[in-house]
Amino acid sequence: MPIFEWNEIKIEVDEDGFMANPEEWNERVALALASTEGVTELTPDHWKVINYLRDYYKQYGIAPMIRKLCKETGFTLKQIYDLFPSGPAKGACKVAGLAKPTGCV
Amino acid sequence: MSEQMKKYETPLLDELEKGQWPSFVKEIKAAAEWNPMANDLLGLLERSYREKIGHWKHGGIVGVMGYGGGVIGRYTDLPEEFPHVSHFHTMRINQPAGWFYTAEALRTLADIWDRHGSGLTNFHGSTGDIIFLGTRTEELEPTFEELTQAGFDLGGSGSDIRTPSCCCGMARCEWACYDTMKLTYFLTQHYQDEIHRPAFPYKFKIKCSGCPNDCVASVARADFSIIGTWRDEIQIDQEMVREYAKNGVDINKEIVALCPGKCIEWDGNTLKIDNSSCRHCMHCINVMPKALAPGKDRGAAILLGSKAPIVEGAILSSVIVPFVKLDDEDSYNDIVELIDAILEPWIEEGKNRERIGEFVQRVGLGNFLEAIGLDPQPEMIKHPRTNPYVFYENYLEEE
Ligand code: SF4
Ligand code: SF4
Repeated sequence: MPIFEWNEIKIEVDEDGFMANPEEWNERVALALASTEGVTELTPDHWKVINYLRDYYKQYGIAPMIRKLCKETGFTLKQIYDLFPSGPAKGACKVAGLAKPTGCV
Repeated sequence: MSEQMKKYETPLLDELEKGQWPSFVKEIKAAAEWNPMANDLLGLLERSYREKIGHWKHGGIVGVMGYGGGVIGRYTDLPEEFPHVSHFHTMRINQPAGWFYTAEALRTLADIWDRHGSGLTNFHGSTGDIIFLGTRTEELEPTFEELTQAGFDLGGSGSDIRTPSCCCGMARCEWACYDTMKLTYFLTQHYQDEIHRPAFPYKFKIKCSGCPNDCVASVARADFSIIGTWRDEIQIDQEMVREYAKNGVDINKEIVALCPGKCIEWDGNTLKIDNSSCRHCMHCINVMPKALAPGKDRGAAILLGSKAPIVEGAILSSVIVPFVKLDDEDSYNDIVELIDAILEPWIEEGKNRERIGEFVQRVGLGNFLEAIGLDPQPEMIKHPRTNPYVFYENYLEEE
C-alpha cells in the first residue's frame, strides 16, 4: 500500500488515498488528508461535518446517506461542496478517517 | 513512446478478431501500437481470458473538484505486472442530445483523450454518455479542464440523476411526436446540480423517445421514461395502402393478424382502424410507413420505474401520466415539477440502493400517487383490459 507523508505525518493509505488503518486518525492526520482534497484549513464548519461523520461511523460502521448528513449538520449539499470541494464521499469521509465508503455518501 | 513497450502474446483475444464484424480487440491493438495503457490493457485482458477471472478491483473513489460524479475509479489487482493499467479510471462525458457531432468535435474529443488517457473510447455507453476508457488519477483534472474548454462537461455517475438521453427525434425522424432533443437539453440544463452531485438513494435515469418504437429503450432502462404518442387517430393514406397491397404486402397476414389491439380491418380496398382499441404499438405504421403515420394530436406518455436487474430483478416502466402535450416551455416546466414531486418521497424514504421502481412497489402505487399528488387512472393498471381485479374506492364507499 502507498505511504502518504505530510510534515511529520506518515500513514498508510489505499490507492484512493483513504486511510488503511482508520484507528491511527487524529486531528493532525485530518489536516494532512485535507491537504489532498483542496482544503487548506479546517474551520469549525469543517469540524462539524467531520465530527458528525465520525460519530455516525462509530455507531453504525458505515457512512451516513447524504440526505442524512445534510439534515443532521444543517448544511445544504452545496455548502458541503464549498467546505469539501471533492464532495462528501471522496473529500469529507476521507478527511474524517472513515474507511472508503461503498456506494453510500 | 521512448521506452520499449512489452509485446504481449494474445492467442485468446485473437479469436475475437475473426469474422466480419467490428472487433474491440482490433481497436485495442491499434491503440496499443503507441499507447502503453492500451498495451497493458491487452496483456491484462488476455490474462483474464486465460484465467477466467476479472482483474479489476471494485469501486474506487476518484473525481474532479466540485463534482461527486462523472468518474468511475478502476484499479487492476496486478499493478506490478501491468503497471500502465494500475489506474484505469473511466470518465463519462455528457453527449450532445441525439448524439449529433461535427467531425471537428469528434477530433477534439479524441485528441484530448490521446493526450490524457488510453486513447480508447466508447461511443456511447448504455447511459448514453461518451465513455473515455482508462486514465490515471493525476490526469483527471487536466482532462476535465480541456473538456470544459472545448465546451463539454462530465455526465452523471453514482447515486445522482444520470445524463439524460434521447433518440434523434425530430432531427431525423418523421415519427417523433415531440422534440426529444429540445426536452433533453432543457432537462440536462435544469438538473446540473443533481447530475454532478449525487444525493439520492440510488441512480435516477431519464430517457426521451419520440414515439413508441422507443429507440433509446426508455421503457426498460430509464427510471423516468418520456415516450412520444398521439391521442387522436392514426393517419391513413388509403391510396398508399392499396399500393403496398399491390406490391406484395399481405396486409391481412402481416398487419391485421399481428395487431395486438385486434382493431384493424382490411377488405382488400379500405383499411379501417378502431382507434379506441389501438395500443399505439407502432406495428402497422412500421410495416407501411408511407401509408400510415401517428395522429396529429401529438405529445408523450410518461412512465416510471424501469431498471436492469442489479440488486433486484428487472422491471419495465409503467404509465403514470397517459398523455401530456410537450410543445412549449410551460409544458417542460410541468415535467420538472413532476420529476421533483417524484424525487421528494424517494429521497426522504428510499433505502440505500433502492431504485424508484422498487420504492413504488414497496410503498404501493396508491400511497405513492397520493404522495406526489396524482390521481389514479385506468391507464396505470397493468393489462387494464384483461385484469378482472380492478378496484375503485367509490365502490367501497357505496357499500
Ligand atoms: S423512438 Fe420513434 S421518433 Fe425516436 S428515432 Fe425511434 S422511431 Fe423515430
Ligand atoms: S399501432 Fe399497433 S395496436 Fe394500433 S392499430 Fe397499429 S398495429 Fe394495431
